[in-house]
Amino acid sequence: MNEYNFAYLDEQTKRMIRRAILKGLAVPGYQVPFASREMPMPYGWGTGGVQVSAATLTPEDTFKVIDQGADDTTNAVSIRKFFENTAGVETTEETEKATVIQTRHRIPEAKLREDQIIVYQVPIPEPLRFLEPRETETRKMHSLEEYGLMHVKLYEDISQHGAISTAYAYPVKVLDRYVMDPSPIPKFDNPKLEMDAIQLFGAGREQRIYAVPPHTKVVSLDFEDYPFEATKADHPCDLCGAEDSYLDEVIMDDAGNRMFVCSDTDYCRSRREAGHVGRLVEENTA
Amino acid sequence: MTAQTQFSGGFQNAPVQAAHAFRAAMTVMARPGEIRDLKGAQPPKPLSIAAGTLLLTLCDPETKVHLAGAFNTDALREWLTFHTGAPISQAAGADFAVGSWAELSPLSTYRIGTAEYPDRSTTLIVECDALQQAGAILSGPGIKDTARLSLPDAPALQANAALYPLGCDFFFTCSDRVAALPRSTQINVEA
Repeated sequence: MNEYNFAYLDEQTKRMIRRAILKGLAVPGYQVPFASREMPMPYGWGTGGVQVSAATLTPEDTFKVIDQGADDTTNAVSIRKFFENTAGVETTEETEKATVIQTRHRIPEAKLREDQIIVYQVPIPEPLRFLEPRETETRKMHSLEEYGLMHVKLYEDISQHGAISTAYAYPVKVLDRYVMDPSPIPKFDNPKLEMDAIQLFGAGREQRIYAVPPHTKVVSLDFEDYPFEATKADHPCDLCGAEDSYLDEVIMDDAGNRMFVCSDTDYCRSRREAGHVGRLVEENTA
Repeated sequence: MTAQTQFSGGFQNAPVQAAHAFRAAMTVMARPGEIRDLKGAQPPKPLSIAAGTLLLTLCDPETKVHLAGAFNTDALREWLTFHTGAPISQAAGADFAVGSWAELSPLSTYRIGTAEYPDRSTTLIVECDALQQAGAILSGPGIKDTARLSLPDAPALQANAALYPLGCDFFFTCSDRVAALPRSTQINVEA
């Protein structure tokens, strides 16, 4: 612990990140360029989120990390250990007890509070990137509020599939101004983007930070005749019976058996501890 | 030499004190109208504890700082240079500007960012005689319904908000307390 500066990064790097976060909060949804550092983990493993967390953490914080909703996957475990070692902060798996939550591709099911901060790991922060590869062009499109291309993309979804088939990283418009990539969260989570907590987004490889303050208007793009729909697998959780949570589908064997289980492991665990029972648990105890 | 020298009054434990200070600064910027304690630095007068702490937390050799009017003293320049290495600049090119509202005015002097880079705008640290959750009615990002904050000059700040997504962002400091007003906040003055 003593070998590292608090939270790993040097102070000048933290100041640079902190300035970017403040400008990001002042212009919600706008991607602030920052001088992303090399981190002791590969790109794609949350280097942006880690840098934002490092600049945000205080020694009194309780830190939670989730990867696709789960606290116990490789990415979550390694980042949690990283901050246990370099910042000495308390860590938890319980959403309620956490003050700072770093997440890869999910928003916890439990409603986040005013005193919580959620940090998203973002792979490609530019929502227009797959439609227009040139940064000079996408920057101009944001400055001119020229988002027609995005609507064309959603329209092509409808013309090919009969519905908007974009299921994750579903584009949103923040404060009626900037179109923003909410990171690859399932579109089920999009309505939660209007929340009480501070939301910070970090993209390490792409060197961008952006933010959404609490209670900020965030609208998922759609059409009048094809309104946005937050979808999930039409199933209850097989372990806890929850019908309101986002589910992972797990293949059980070669015979085509499968189970649906809450992607948010803490939510599922707390429901089971409260006595809720799903299909598989019922079958096993019967 | 008086008790306050350019070498004293900095953070005793920079990583931890700066982290606490940033948490306060981020909270008020994300929730306009909130007032938080902000301390850690002991800057030379007339700079307040909150403004001094903010400068130590956010400024370094990469940020130009403008000290307005009565704040542009030898003692303060030396203190800031020793602790942050930030170059002192004119108002026009500054990343941060510190002073009383009267000395910082007019707002048109400061950078408001460009259409493609709205983040390249000045952050003003306005020293106030009082800081209260009263006065102008605020609404917008970070505010559930409405909030109130004592603002030095509502019309000028309304004009700044009208520039959105361009514009300056503000911290208001008083003694060891801080509040903030980003450009995204809508301001209403009671009729």
